[in-house]
Amino acid sequence: MRMLPAAITKPFTQTSGFARWMLVIGIVITAVFIICALFAPWLAPYGFAQSSVDGVRFTKLGHPTGGHIFGTNDLFFDVFSRIIWGARTAIEVVFLSILFCIVIGVPLGLVSGYFGGWPDRILVLVMDALFAFPSFLLAIVFSFLLVNILGGSVIAVALSLTAIYVPQYYRVVRNTTVSAKEATYVEAARAIGATDGVIMRRYLFGNVVQSVPVLGTLNAADAILTLAGLGFLGLGIQPTDAAEWGFDLQRALDDAGAGVWWTGLYPGLAIVLLVTGLTLVGEGLNETLNPTLRRRRLLPVVMPSRGSAGHPEAKESAR
Amino acid sequence: MTLQEATTPVETFDGPVISAQDVRVWYGTTRGAIRAVDGVSFDLAAGETLGLVGESGCGKSTLGRGLMGLLPEGAKRDGRVLFKGEDILSMSARDSYQLRGGEMGMIFQEPLTRLNPLMRVSEHFEETIKQHAPDLSKRELRERALEVLRLIGIPPTRYKSYPHEFSGGMRQRLMIALALVLRPAFIVADEPTTALDVLVEAQIIAILNDLRQNFDTAMLLITHNLGIVAEACDRVAVMYAGRIVEQGTVREVFGNPQHPYTRELLRSTISLSTTGLNFIPGAPPDLVDPPSGCRFHPRCPEAMKVCLDHDPVPTRAASGTEVECWLAGPDELVPTGGTERAEQKELSLADEA
Amino acid sequence: MTRSSSGSLPRYILQRTMLVIPMIWVLLTIVFLVLRVAPGDPVSAALGGQVDPAALEQRREALGFNKPLISQYWDYLSSVLRLDFGTTFTDNQPVLNVIRDNGGATLSLTVAAFFIALVLGIPLGLIAGRTRDRFPDVVIRLFGILTYAAPIFFVGFLLQAYVASPLGLPTSGDASPITIFTVKPHTHILLIDAFLSGDSTAISDVLKHLILPAATLGLLVSGVFIRLVRVNILQTMQSDYVEAAEARGIDRGKVTRRHAFRNALVPVVTVIGLQFALLLGGAVLTESTFNWPGLGQKLVKYINDRDYGAVQGIITIFAVAIVLISLLVDIANALIDPRVRY
Repeated sequence: MRMLPAAITKPFTQTSGFARWMLVIGIVITAVFIICALFAPWLAPYGFAQSSVDGVRFTKLGHPTGGHIFGTNDLFFDVFSRIIWGARTAIEVVFLSILFCIVIGVPLGLVSGYFGGWPDRILVLVMDALFAFPSFLLAIVFSFLLVNILGGSVIAVALSLTAIYVPQYYRVVRNTTVSAKEATYVEAARAIGATDGVIMRRYLFGNVVQSVPVLGTLNAADAILTLAGLGFLGLGIQPTDAAEWGFDLQRALDDAGAGVWWTGLYPGLAIVLLVTGLTLVGEGLNETLNPTLRRRRLLPVVMPSRGSAGHPEAKESAR
Repeated sequence: MTLQEATTPVETFDGPVISAQDVRVWYGTTRGAIRAVDGVSFDLAAGETLGLVGESGCGKSTLGRGLMGLLPEGAKRDGRVLFKGEDILSMSARDSYQLRGGEMGMIFQEPLTRLNPLMRVSEHFEETIKQHAPDLSKRELRERALEVLRLIGIPPTRYKSYPHEFSGGMRQRLMIALALVLRPAFIVADEPTTALDVLVEAQIIAILNDLRQNFDTAMLLITHNLGIVAEACDRVAVMYAGRIVEQGTVREVFGNPQHPYTRELLRSTISLSTTGLNFIPGAPPDLVDPPSGCRFHPRCPEAMKVCLDHDPVPTRAASGTEVECWLAGPDELVPTGGTERAEQKELSLADEA
Repeated sequence: MTRSSSGSLPRYILQRTMLVIPMIWVLLTIVFLVLRVAPGDPVSAALGGQVDPAALEQRREALGFNKPLISQYWDYLSSVLRLDFGTTFTDNQPVLNVIRDNGGATLSLTVAAFFIALVLGIPLGLIAGRTRDRFPDVVIRLFGILTYAAPIFFVGFLLQAYVASPLGLPTSGDASPITIFTVKPHTHILLIDAFLSGDSTAISDVLKHLILPAATLGLLVSGVFIRLVRVNILQTMQSDYVEAAEARGIDRGKVTRRHAFRNALVPVVTVIGLQFALLLGGAVLTESTFNWPGLGQKLVKYINDRDYGAVQGIITIFAVAIVLISLLVDIANALIDPRVRY
């Protein structure tokens, strides 16, 4: 546990160049969105489905002005508020789905890799097949399903996303487990009588979860895109449940020809920024944690001038 | 210009092919500079083979790479390295790069990964020869390559094969052939047989021996195996913690070692007549912050008080062996009381390598 | 998947082809289960939920939904083997017809986008790897990240709002009605049929319609290629044989091109082929954005209609196509890399 502060700061102190900048900028951007998500009720001037205030209706497709800094859309909603509320939706859905992924995928991979045998082989085949399939198509199919059962709520969409990304966590954890379980320290642990559960929990777990943070961050970035894509097609979050950037973009597409740019530009930029932020964090982490790719910040070599530690010519020996 | 003309020096040079003068090679790291080579001097004449021995981490590989210029990012060189009279350390990067292949060559330790798996053997050779003699015809390139392959013992039927079709020993022969095809004046062989089994090792050493006699190549043979040095080298330099502690002819150094470290090394060698195992207690020092005075003093069975904080002075014995050790003098530089036995810290088992 | 190190090329191809069967079987099973697991009756949903119970029951019987699950599963698998992908519920067409009529559009879009992504992604990735952490690398990597982060429909939106009219490029459909009327459908792939007809107006019309959607999708996927190529270059440049070549004084440019680039591209070939799956997924969004009459747009329509039979058929076709493509890619890899051959 003492190593934790060192482990957190090591990526910053020991890397140079782009990797470090990526990490910093990515974290800043992501933090901004997380703050928007957490404090949406206070930050957003209006509700996400609010079309009037004090009985006065908002304008339809109103230009960005003082009252509505990002303008209004064709349903009389305030664009700026929908951006902020959309941040909350995005962060909620993605956070939940990655959480489910980890909770399902990591133990499954650990157990499957550790015990092997037929269940393991079948699981690998299934996960590989799922992984080979285009993630977005899978998302469509699963959301088609789950929206039938659970309605277009945050949970339903989060679960569809989980179904797509779980194979990656399973694969990574399982493969690392399979190679780690042959290690001599595991053999030694068995020799002193550790049960399977203890071995998995105490010895293997720490080792195999190392790639999970990078995977989780990069998945989060992809999940935002998938969520927006589903919203664009009308298959994700239903507009009555929450604000969603993809959905807004779909409505904005019709406006594009009419010279109305603010209904589409801001949701689009929001998506681009959040995904970029998360990707920068993921790539930055990958560069810093992956020893082969890491560029260490080397201290420059300064050689003291000669004369201070003299190296005289070889003298003839008297012996 | 034919290959012959391209690689024969215009003016013949009489002096040593390589003259290293107080060379330092330090690595940059995240916690400070590693003084891998910290003041090394030696000369190497044409046709001579100098063995460079020492424990792992003593800096011998670094020295070899430093001479070739194959150092990682953040490393720095200092001192003078005269190649046929010209200091390569003060040459432009471009000029010193062009020396490689034609004038200076390197044989690496691990042959399995040193050849491009997607390129045939023929392509490797033709690329190398063409780089330094661009005017040769295709047929001449082929002849040149086949000639050196024949010397190494690889039949022309394998000329078009891919690297993965050869065994480890054969691949090392290919590497040697590639290093020699342009008849460089100087070759660094960095533990060329460490990764190979004993029988293949013997064959490779025999080849290196042959070449030593047939070509005029000066070779720096880096190894930790004293037996190879005895077989294949004219002179030997013993390295410890970044410095050469003893150098001389093989016969002198192995027959009459002056430095305690050399003596311990020789005693640790296992042969058919070994009856008890011998080792040097402790481990090589941390090169970021080496010990004061003589770097061997924490492990030296004969350390004196003067060894603790005075750098030993290089002295030359009558036999021609150069040694850096206070036991060899010079006496006039030793302060009073310096020759008393030093108290050394007990070396804990944890310090062992 | 282990490769036989002592096998030859034909044996490897055979082994690899045999693997196709279990893969397809697993995918089909997943499709079957996923679509059957949904509660809520697929038949009534497709019919708008307004049919009286007797007619509904008749329909269910006709479609085989009252049979036990196992026999439905068996029917499904055997019909796929016969290349019968079912019938749509809403407009009662064989799914194969839907694919025939709309598959060509998706194919031309995906292939065009793939080439654009290759032409853009590989050189940029090489440059980025070669100039690591210097200005070109930073710029290229940022470009790669931004093209990945920008959803197709956003880029589509921007193009439609700002670029399309100045350039006179159409943003909807794959051809004007006249072209569709005049070009004879031989292959059902509009682009090829236009070329076959020799009508230059038709050809230019089709190409003009293709540019924006293909460029958008291609741009998006190029970011993935850039990242792939760059990482491989970085690792290749650190390899032992590159160092050995430099020790022989080989010209640095040659070392980069001949040793680093070529070797880095070999593993990239495999992965790039697999990115085709990415393109199929992206095609769905592109088709919706640009009103491109392909399979993706059809799929979305059938999903919104809850036309379960159509969805199952189209997804099945996609699954089979992907497995076959990955087979081709693996064989191509075996052809390029001599280590696999012997």
